[in-house]
Amino acid sequence: MSTTSNSGITGWRRENGRVGVRNHVVILPLDDISNAACEAVGNNIKGTLAIPHAYGRLQFGEDLDLHFRTLIGTGSNPNVAAVVVIGIEPSWTGRVVDGIAKTGKPVAGFSIEQNGDINTIAAASRQAKDFVQWASEQPRTACDMSDLWVSTKCGESDTTTGLASCPTVGNMYDKLIPKGIYGVFGETSEITGGEHLARERAASPEIAEKWYAMWKSYQEDVIEAHKTDDLSDSQPTKGNIEGGLTTIEEKALGNLEKIGHTSRFIDALQPAETPARGPGLYYMDSSSAAAECVTLMAAGGYVVHTFPTGQGNVIGNPIVPVIKITGNPRTVRTMSEHVDLDVSGILRREMTIDQAGDALIDMIVRTANGRLTAAEALGHREFSMTKLYRSA
Amino acid sequence: METPHLLVHSPKDNVGVVVIEGLEAGTDMLCVITENDTTFRLKAEADAPIGHKIALADLQPGDTAIKYGEDIGKIVAPVGKGGYVHTHNLKTKRW
Repeated sequence: MSTTSNSGITGWRRENGRVGVRNHVVILPLDDISNAACEAVGNNIKGTLAIPHAYGRLQFGEDLDLHFRTLIGTGSNPNVAAVVVIGIEPSWTGRVVDGIAKTGKPVAGFSIEQNGDINTIAAASRQAKDFVQWASEQPRTACDMSDLWVSTKCGESDTTTGLASCPTVGNMYDKLIPKGIYGVFGETSEITGGEHLARERAASPEIAEKWYAMWKSYQEDVIEAHKTDDLSDSQPTKGNIEGGLTTIEEKALGNLEKIGHTSRFIDALQPAETPARGPGLYYMDSSSAAAECVTLMAAGGYVVHTFPTGQGNVIGNPIVPVIKITGNPRTVRTMSEHVDLDVSGILRREMTIDQAGDALIDMIVRTANGRLTAAEALGHREFSMTKLYRSA
Repeated sequence: METPHLLVHSPKDNVGVVVIEGLEAGTDMLCVITENDTTFRLKAEADAPIGHKIALADLQPGDTAIKYGEDIGKIVAPVGKGGYVHTHNLKTKRW
């Protein structure tokens, strides 16, 4: 049924050779207290996008490293044409600017101390106007499917995700990973119950051990260290339980359907880490909370996200189109404005997983070529940074 | 082709998933095992919402619930064949 799965896509080939499918000019705050200035610039200069967030002050150690990696990764993502960074002071602001500048894309930093919001906003607005006018003249060009980096993470899962929408993503990866795309899955706590299966999917014993250490650390340092019960109020979520999922083991097995049957993951990445072992499937250590996970994957450089949902998670991302796939006919009926791809025919045995995978590839191509996802049309721009521990 | 009421991932499973809305007790369900595309019939002994689980055999406390051919937790209250399986009679073995 697929008509476009072997054809190319169009996109913007950036200075570093990576291909983006959106052309955002981002106004990026270093820290929470620079949000107001960024939002003012975003309001002044049409076609730019401010990405406010909650953190960036008095962080240290591994948590600070993740903060910088996430901001630099977001600005470096090929869906972003140019970046204005605003921070309270010049030093850390410059660190983000320098990190993004390594891609070769236009980036400029502004700091507020000794200037005040108003002068900073004026200067940053002039720069943002130049960037957005420059970006608006950058044409889409013909690119190859293999230029795509496609991430996945599911949300508000139910038993239909394990039967239909997650295997649809798995089928897509089985078809596109051999064509040379980059893939990634994550959700470390949500592998629990299926860790023996995930471990077997590592490309080598070395990567299997690296992955297992990551999973075990999440169990011990995050879950066991902080839990007050069996997490039955949180993982599975109330929405998962409403949808029929009972235990974390059941949820994990459905989750793992997303990686298909043929690919092995070639590295286990830190949160927001950029893959460096060439095309193929990767694992990224991440929370199972939708906005946090998609934010980390976008910061890792992924340009299209595939998001299976059962009960109807509505998440989007500021810079990456998030394609929603559901197999739940009730969700299709009650929340159609959030659904990009309806695979509920799988439950009725009217559609095969193979057909659904082809339909998803078509939707990825259309999305790459400019079709707005439901989340983009509805204005969902959730940007949620992962914080590892309290600030100093 | 008749639309199935219940889908089962693996022939090893002892629970299946309701895939129609508004399943009522007493329904003679068409069940499909997706792994090998075989069918069987089972009488539903409880109402169950779409996406929720039905036992394929009589299950006792201490039994392991199997789905995808894998362990998904322990049965903690008896449930008969065709009965409703959820948080009241199935718990995680983790955490």
